[in-house]
Amino acid sequence: MKNLKWFVLAAVCILFAVSWFAKASGGDGVDNSVLDAFLVTLAAFLTLAIMSFLYQDNPYYKFAEHLFVGVSAAYWMCLGFWSTVVGNLFPRISEGLSNFFLVPYQPGPLNFFFAIPIILGILLLMRLSPKGGWLSRWPLAFIVGTTAGLNFVRYLRSDFVKQISSTFVPLVVDWQGFGHFFSNISLTAGGPLVMMLTNLVIFIGVFCGIVYFFFSKEHTGVFGKASRVGIWILMITFGASFGYTVMGRISLLVGRLTFLFTDWLGIIG
Amino acid sequence: MRREVPLIITILVGTVLIISVFIPPLESLGESFTLFFDIIAVFAFFLGGGNLVRVHVLKLAKKKRDWPFSIVTLVGFGVMLAAGLFKIGNPGDIAASVTAEGSLFNMIYRNVFVPLGSTMYALLAFFVASASYRAFRAKNREATILLVAAFIILLGSTPFGAWLTIWMPESMSILEIPNLAVWIMSSPNMAGQRAIMIGIGLGVVSMSLRLILGIERSYLGEDGA
Amino acid sequence: MVHNNVGVIITLLVIAGGLVWLLVRSFRGKEIDRRVIFLFIMVSVAAPLLATITFKFTATPIVEALYDKIEALPEGSTVLLSFDFDPAMAPEVQPMANVVTRHCLEKNIKIVFMCLWATGQGQLEITLDQVLRRDFAHKIDGVDYVNMGYKAGNEGVLNVIVTDFEKMFPTDVNTTPYGDIEILQGVNSCKDMDLIVSFGGGRPGIKEWILFVGDPTGVPSAGGVAAVVAPQLYPYYPRQLMGLLGGIKGAAEYESHFRERHPNHADMDTPAIIMMGPQTIAHIVIIAFIIIGNVLFFMNRRRGARS
Repeated sequence: MKNLKWFVLAAVCILFAVSWFAKASGGDGVDNSVLDAFLVTLAAFLTLAIMSFLYQDNPYYKFAEHLFVGVSAAYWMCLGFWSTVVGNLFPRISEGLSNFFLVPYQPGPLNFFFAIPIILGILLLMRLSPKGGWLSRWPLAFIVGTTAGLNFVRYLRSDFVKQISSTFVPLVVDWQGFGHFFSNISLTAGGPLVMMLTNLVIFIGVFCGIVYFFFSKEHTGVFGKASRVGIWILMITFGASFGYTVMGRISLLVGRLTFLFTDWLGIIG
Repeated sequence: MRREVPLIITILVGTVLIISVFIPPLESLGESFTLFFDIIAVFAFFLGGGNLVRVHVLKLAKKKRDWPFSIVTLVGFGVMLAAGLFKIGNPGDIAASVTAEGSLFNMIYRNVFVPLGSTMYALLAFFVASASYRAFRAKNREATILLVAAFIILLGSTPFGAWLTIWMPESMSILEIPNLAVWIMSSPNMAGQRAIMIGIGLGVVSMSLRLILGIERSYLGEDGA
Repeated sequence: MVHNNVGVIITLLVIAGGLVWLLVRSFRGKEIDRRVIFLFIMVSVAAPLLATITFKFTATPIVEALYDKIEALPEGSTVLLSFDFDPAMAPEVQPMANVVTRHCLEKNIKIVFMCLWATGQGQLEITLDQVLRRDFAHKIDGVDYVNMGYKAGNEGVLNVIVTDFEKMFPTDVNTTPYGDIEILQGVNSCKDMDLIVSFGGGRPGIKEWILFVGDPTGVPSAGGVAAVVAPQLYPYYPRQLMGLLGGIKGAAEYESHFRERHPNHADMDTPAIIMMGPQTIAHIVIIAFIIIGNVLFFMNRRRGARS
């Protein structure tokens, strides 16, 4: 068993070298530099390493997974440093640092207030310390307060008031005869019949859906029937979400296979 | 001190941000508070990176299970961090974008981060298929409605769905699968999602109020309650 | 079907035969190993990809709304494109970002690029490479477009730029001062944009754009999102969200619509259209697996009732 492990490792290394050489020598009909050939091969092998999890958990998957964690953490840190610390903080606190990083210095009478996020940021890092961890609650409180303050008005306006007002739609149409009523009955065309049907479903669906979520009253009688309709509407909603989720996940697989077939193997144009 | 200061900070910041929406002269103060929030967010990234290093160094030191892989994490982290902070191989000077074409940072992003990140999620295609086979059962009326809606969406979002009902005359176009799929999305789906959205919206609003009024204190930890 | 070949027909017949065999087995009450399902999915995606099966798509109203909006914008308008996604969503969202960017550039619309996700900046470089530098090399940075890059803080960023763009973005991604960027002269906040399009699928994304920018300012907002979140955004359409590309199908519809109406881009890359071939077969296979699973369920239930 141990020998098999080393045999597989050797095979992977040999395949990697062969792929690198083939890519670099233009074996796929494309002239790549040695570095480009290495990078494409590396990307392909990392892709295959992750996919190997489908068979079972293995060291190649673990290698790729651990590499991903390290690289992604560093990526976010670097972007955060250059974009926000260098881009927004340094220009407001120090001319020297601004000159060093070649960002325009922005003097201002109230810039000393920018000491607040620095202090709170350092306190947040205290979470790494075994004794001063409680100090990290101060920046956490700032984050929580900001999020609560920002969300309160926006959710009330966009996800409550506007949604309610958008639900009050005309449920009957102007009667202009049978011919007009039954015209344009393609569901995407939006003729009078379809419009009426759509608006009815939206109005009743939203109302019954909310009734279903109202747990302060027992779901019996008329209330229970409305709640039942609410469940059906929600089931259609979840069905639609499932359909879209499948579509999304398949797209991701297609994306990876496209990379393997196009950039690595060069078998599709 | 341990409880009072954080509570005051939350109440003060939350209140200012709400008031700043209604009183234009306070708008600038609200902006400054959110700018502070953005800067603190970067420190949260640093905290995440620091914590990652701490966890993996400890794992290495104690030679816990799978410890050799911690070396991979630390090396990956170190190389990416150095490439980004020192802008190694960057075509321009220090002012150039950290993600500029040709830099080592961009190279690692495209050839390590991108394949790893996207393949990790691509695996879900297989698990969704497996779950569809195992768990998606028409056990009762509600499950059957869900199943039928999913079938229409799955078929309607591909040319195969259109092909299946291509024989239908114009007068029956209401029943064409792609049309049904579009209608499900923009009518019953919209209604269901809106009901959920209104519920979540109310939840967010009430939770925000509880936080700002100091009623909700669970974020302060055990001794904060 | 534009193109077809014998190989793919044989493969599809093998898939169909395999599914029938699995259906027969399920009638006998036999379970399928998960690796067999994995294999079917892999083959059903790979085979049509190798044969490059492509289809023509008609834009649905929600996609057409965004196309028409961009088409109607006068030359010199300013559009903000926000890249709020990561590599995991890229196969779905990058094609949308590419084709909408191409459309704006073709119409001589000025583009302000920015990102709410750090990974968005890396993905933005890919779009700049694949569209702007390749097919619109004459466009000038700072005049026809500007890359403002990423800022940390999620909705915190939006809360600032909704009233003061320069406060959040004092420079572009290459540290050019705001005042020296020609395209931004006259742009004080998001209110000065003619259209905002967010490409994403997570948080922050188009939802936050609507809540923090679209609704308070009334600037038309649209989105290109991963399929997983698309259904959740329908309640905003059309009053708060003027158009939406949902998943790879939305991207394929936009690509098809754009290419048809702009023949000078007939040779452009159409990754979304190409991806819809495998997508179609995979959907059919998944539906087949759901049916097989249900057959197995009902057969077992019947056996249980008998015994």
